[in-house]
Amino acid sequence: MEIFLIDKIVVITLVFAISLVVALYSTLAERKVSGFIQDRLGPNRAGIFGILQPLADGGKFFFKEEFIPANADKFLFILGPSISMLTALMTSAVIPWGTYLEVAGRAVTLQVTDINIGLLYVFAVVSVGVYGIMIGGWASNNKFSLLGALRASSQMISYEIAMGLSIIALVMTSGSLSIGTIVGQQTSELFGISGASWNIIYQPLGFMIFFICALAECNRTPFDLPESESELVAGYHTEYSSMKLGLYLFAEYINMFISGAIMSALYFGGYNFPFMNELVEMGWSHNLVAIMGVGVFFLKIFFFIFLFMWIRWTLPRFRYDQLMNLGWKILIPLALFNILITGLFILVF
Amino acid sequence: MKLTNRSKVVVNKEMTLAEKLYLPAILSGMGITIKHFFKKKPTIQYPEQKRDFSFIYRGKHVLKRDEEGRENCTACGLCAVSCPAEAISIVAGERKPGEEKLYREEKYAKSYEINMLRCIFCGLCEEACPKDAIYLTEELAPANYDRSNFIYGKDKLVQPLGTSAHPKTYKPYKK
Repeated sequence: MEIFLIDKIVVITLVFAISLVVALYSTLAERKVSGFIQDRLGPNRAGIFGILQPLADGGKFFFKEEFIPANADKFLFILGPSISMLTALMTSAVIPWGTYLEVAGRAVTLQVTDINIGLLYVFAVVSVGVYGIMIGGWASNNKFSLLGALRASSQMISYEIAMGLSIIALVMTSGSLSIGTIVGQQTSELFGISGASWNIIYQPLGFMIFFICALAECNRTPFDLPESESELVAGYHTEYSSMKLGLYLFAEYINMFISGAIMSALYFGGYNFPFMNELVEMGWSHNLVAIMGVGVFFLKIFFFIFLFMWIRWTLPRFRYDQLMNLGWKILIPLALFNILITGLFILVF
Repeated sequence: MKLTNRSKVVVNKEMTLAEKLYLPAILSGMGITIKHFFKKKPTIQYPEQKRDFSFIYRGKHVLKRDEEGRENCTACGLCAVSCPAEAISIVAGERKPGEEKLYREEKYAKSYEINMLRCIFCGLCEEACPKDAIYLTEELAPANYDRSNFIYGKDKLVQPLGTSAHPKTYKPYKK
């Protein structure tokens, strides 16, 4: 029992540290990607290639003035960014980062917990995440913040429906809500190649819908209406300064990392990569292949983070009615259609 | 009037299915951005990389010495007269016996001051000089905290002893 606890504590600490570090360097990556796309070089003065830039930015946040508006609700004002950060970090608990490692004759699963309703847990936590933005925007006592918060909440609610519906089709094919099981199923063979039976092959439309909704849930461009600079000053975090602002911005990058992880786990095989079982049969040690799997998983996540940034620096923002039209009139019917098609396929094959 | 060949007639027609989907347009847009991502960046990283000045660039002045290290300037005052900003002031002095190694002519500039805040770097002094004594170099007149430091005397203007005509320190009169 004690050993089990130690295993879990180590895994939790690692997951926590890695998601923070990845989010930290996503901020740099964002600036680099935006720079490169705009024919600039991006920050490259703090350390080689600017690798110390995130530390400098973070340090700067600590030394900025903590400002709370005069008529703001102080408790809620502090609660907002805390909830955002907390929920952003909580989701990573159900993500399977790898199969398992054999340490001293025991199997250590590389997942904090594989609860059998993992997907529901993710949705629940993500839904709580919007409270962080809502509470922050409300407590600021500022009309721009409130408008941003309103936009955030209505956008989240609209896109969560389409997201949930796209996941239902996936659950129908996999027959499980546990992310560990869903990733495990993708280890099976496709055309004789192990670890290549990724869900994207069976659910391309579902993935498209899920991806668009994930963009909206992360408040990324073209769905960044909650903080649209050109209209709402800075949206829900207009009144925030110092590390509280830092937490909001940071939570956004952690959310990007987590949604990248969830998309790679659900649709792109998670830690599975082609020919992984053949490698074990060829005599490679299980631990080595498992670690390779973790590496592959992170590559997939980084690809998604890059994709998010790539889209951000390509597309302009939606107008609000266009956003609602896309969510309710296009994505939800498409997701329902996807469920229907998936049902037919399950019935026939 | 047609200004460019890129103008398009705006038609309020029904969008085709591909246009309604937006996805093809989004993908082509992402193609454009990724092309720029891998493009060579035109940035010049300033303190490490410097762009060469144009050949006719006019920067900080230099008072030339000849091949034997004697000052060319004879304090004729033509530069001061030609200066549209009235930035140059000269006090002439007579060369004493024994100073032949220092000054080329019998008359020389005892003090030669250019007010860099007044100077507009037009190069008329360079053009007016009959003795090839003053040139505008490729160097910049650096910033300073005090206005009085912008009055450059002979200590800052005269070409250091032992240096030769170098493209970085002064440029030829006409090419």
